[in-house]
Amino acid sequence: MSDHPATQSLLFGRLTLDALPLHEPILVATFAVVALGGIALLALLTRYRLWGYLWTEWFTSVDHKRIGIMYMVLGLVMLLRGFADAIMMRLQQAMAFGGSEGYLNAHHYDQIFTAHGVIMIFFVAMPLVTGLMNYVVPLQIGARDVSFPFLNNFSFWMTAGGAAVVMMSLFVGEFARTGWLAYPPLSGIAYSPDPGVDYYIWALQVAGVGTLLSGVNLVCTIVKMRAPGMAMMKMPIFTWTALCTNVLIVAAFPVLTAVLALLSLDRYLGTNFFTNDFGGNPMMYVNLIWIWGHPEVYILILPAFGIFSEVASTFSGKRLFGYSSMVYATVVITILSYLVWLHHFFTMGSGASVNSFFGITTMIISIPTGAKIFNWLFTMYRGRIRFELPMMWTVAFMLIFVIGGMTGVLLAVPPADFVLHNSLFLVAHFHNVIIGGVLFGLFAGLNYWFPKAFGFRLDPFWGKMSFWFWVLGFFFAFMPLYVLGLMGVTRRLRVFDDPSLQIWFVIAGFGAVLILLGIVAMLVQIFVSIRRREALRDPTGDPWDGRTLEWATASPPPAYNFAFTPVVHDGDAWWDMKRRGYQRPTEGFRPIHMPRNTGAGVVLAGLSTVLAVALVWYIWWLAALCFAGLIATAIIHSFNYHRDFHIPVDEVVAAEDARTRLLAARS
Amino acid sequence: MSTDAQAAHGAAAHDDGHTHGTRRSYLIGFGLSVVLTAIPFWLVMTGALGSQQATALTIMGFAVVQIVVHMIYFLHMTSRSEGGWSMLALIFTLILVLITLTGSLWVMYHLNTNMMPPHDMSGMR
Repeated sequence: MSDHPATQSLLFGRLTLDALPLHEPILVATFAVVALGGIALLALLTRYRLWGYLWTEWFTSVDHKRIGIMYMVLGLVMLLRGFADAIMMRLQQAMAFGGSEGYLNAHHYDQIFTAHGVIMIFFVAMPLVTGLMNYVVPLQIGARDVSFPFLNNFSFWMTAGGAAVVMMSLFVGEFARTGWLAYPPLSGIAYSPDPGVDYYIWALQVAGVGTLLSGVNLVCTIVKMRAPGMAMMKMPIFTWTALCTNVLIVAAFPVLTAVLALLSLDRYLGTNFFTNDFGGNPMMYVNLIWIWGHPEVYILILPAFGIFSEVASTFSGKRLFGYSSMVYATVVITILSYLVWLHHFFTMGSGASVNSFFGITTMIISIPTGAKIFNWLFTMYRGRIRFELPMMWTVAFMLIFVIGGMTGVLLAVPPADFVLHNSLFLVAHFHNVIIGGVLFGLFAGLNYWFPKAFGFRLDPFWGKMSFWFWVLGFFFAFMPLYVLGLMGVTRRLRVFDDPSLQIWFVIAGFGAVLILLGIVAMLVQIFVSIRRREALRDPTGDPWDGRTLEWATASPPPAYNFAFTPVVHDGDAWWDMKRRGYQRPTEGFRPIHMPRNTGAGVVLAGLSTVLAVALVWYIWWLAALCFAGLIATAIIHSFNYHRDFHIPVDEVVAAEDARTRLLAARS
Repeated sequence: MSTDAQAAHGAAAHDDGHTHGTRRSYLIGFGLSVVLTAIPFWLVMTGALGSQQATALTIMGFAVVQIVVHMIYFLHMTSRSEGGWSMLALIFTLILVLITLTGSLWVMYHLNTNMMPPHDMSGMR
């Protein structure tokens, strides 16, 4: 089956100069801009001698807070790339009417919609979610770090390595032209002989290792490292949703790994798992990948639900309404998310009994989700609500997510799905829940926990600009797609014949421009906040009058998080401590035992990334070399016994005294 | 749970949810594993059961027992280990594996019944 191209050299595999997309002016211009920007950044880093600082304090850091921030930076940078793809698609679809071909050829356009989906899910939403969990969870449970700090650093670099592989495909070779889940037989070697699908496979395999290991790490952290007194039903709700999400990651991601491994066997070794011939069955791929894919949806949304719960409770000045029902709803969603996967392919032809089973389970999921919405509403009811930025994002979420949820229930009805599947109605639905749910949740979390991470708030004016542009942009960009979908327009089209449809695409394009302004306003917000950091500074460590333990320590927290492990008596532990007149201990400090930084994670992930690229281009000697290097590095690292150190008591005293003076100066 | 976790904990409190096996329990586990491997091997080599399907099903049965033996004697699974978390994780895993396997079989079976063109089937007989 695998008819590899004849032009393979021993040294470079199938990588030749033709792989550089010099014939695509858009890509050449992009490359020029990226290269200039990259060179400028590297020059600045060198000029200000930041390399050593970045290496010792950030890249090799095993501190969960620094790793969390690096995840967030990765996610925001990739958001820019993913959004660039989005606005290019919107422009193409708004232009390509009345015989016009638009400005993107089919080869390029197909890569763009694939890259948009892959990047937004795997390299924007996942790093942002993982980053927030990494940063917040240990603080919320009163721990000093995660269970396996080195593994945490390694996980981050694997995710970053996967992102690097995707970015490389932009300028060397091409990306997959198959849609974000790469269904065979299109993604098989017979129909996609180019390296695009291989880039897809290896980028996800590398990043998948990182995601899986960080899932293991956080599950273990939450189960094993809670502060004394914090029973399961006293955990903050964000920690609960993080636990369920990571359980889902641990259970679901191996399925993705396996199914991509089978696809790569088909592509590399000529097996026939998913081909049309020789007993293969492409539908088995669809079945398996959605067994991962549906839990993945809940992996993204559950932490967002947790963030909204924390925000709604904090900014209403009330305990969360129905805490235990919230926990049970989360657990029920965790289980049910494994029972609905077929609703992604009702039209495959499994028949009435199968379709009705999965339709009903899908509708059942809306019950715990609806319960959550009511819990948030009742939390706000008769609360003293402060409409700070996190709360604004939460209210916008409740409005928008309910619309997305209702269109989701529509799609869960198999006969309706037969009409609406593969249409822009579906596209509008999942953007409605992912933007209105996941992304708004992440923005709420970003505004909520930013002062904890950096010691100053984000600028509210530019935050509100960003908020309104995003919310309005969302409605303009996606409501027309519902209309178009109901009229029967299918997704992933490049050109259109019917001129009456054009106006809707122009409106959607206008919405994308508003969202662009929202993203720009967000970048301006971060920039302005850094400039005005003295005015926005929060010396207390508790800027929002918070309720959970992360607000009990300084902002930014010291490397050891808590000088003394807090003791928990109540669900809203910090609220309870404040109410009982908690006095911060100012003496009696002891040296603190902490994990030591290591560069092994960077080396391992770097080797994995090169291994992935070598496999994409069939450079077998390099792949073998990298694999051997991986094994060797792992073995060498296992003999590194200098893994921990003690923060001397002087340093702890100095840090804690500085905080005491800050607090005293304020009162 | 090694250096990393302890380092983060500060005070190195070794968690004692584990039950360590004795020489006797390891030997029992080893003996059972050998027997449970030898019988399927014998079944295949001699064809004692006659039909291939019966042999395959019997081997799968032995495999399940083998898994349980490994979990009890080598992984020291009890309902109390790690404060019940191991058992909870096991039950969760079993549920998911069950859902995945039976669900996939069910879905793919119906798909093949509904979608396989009849003349193809007749050609395959």
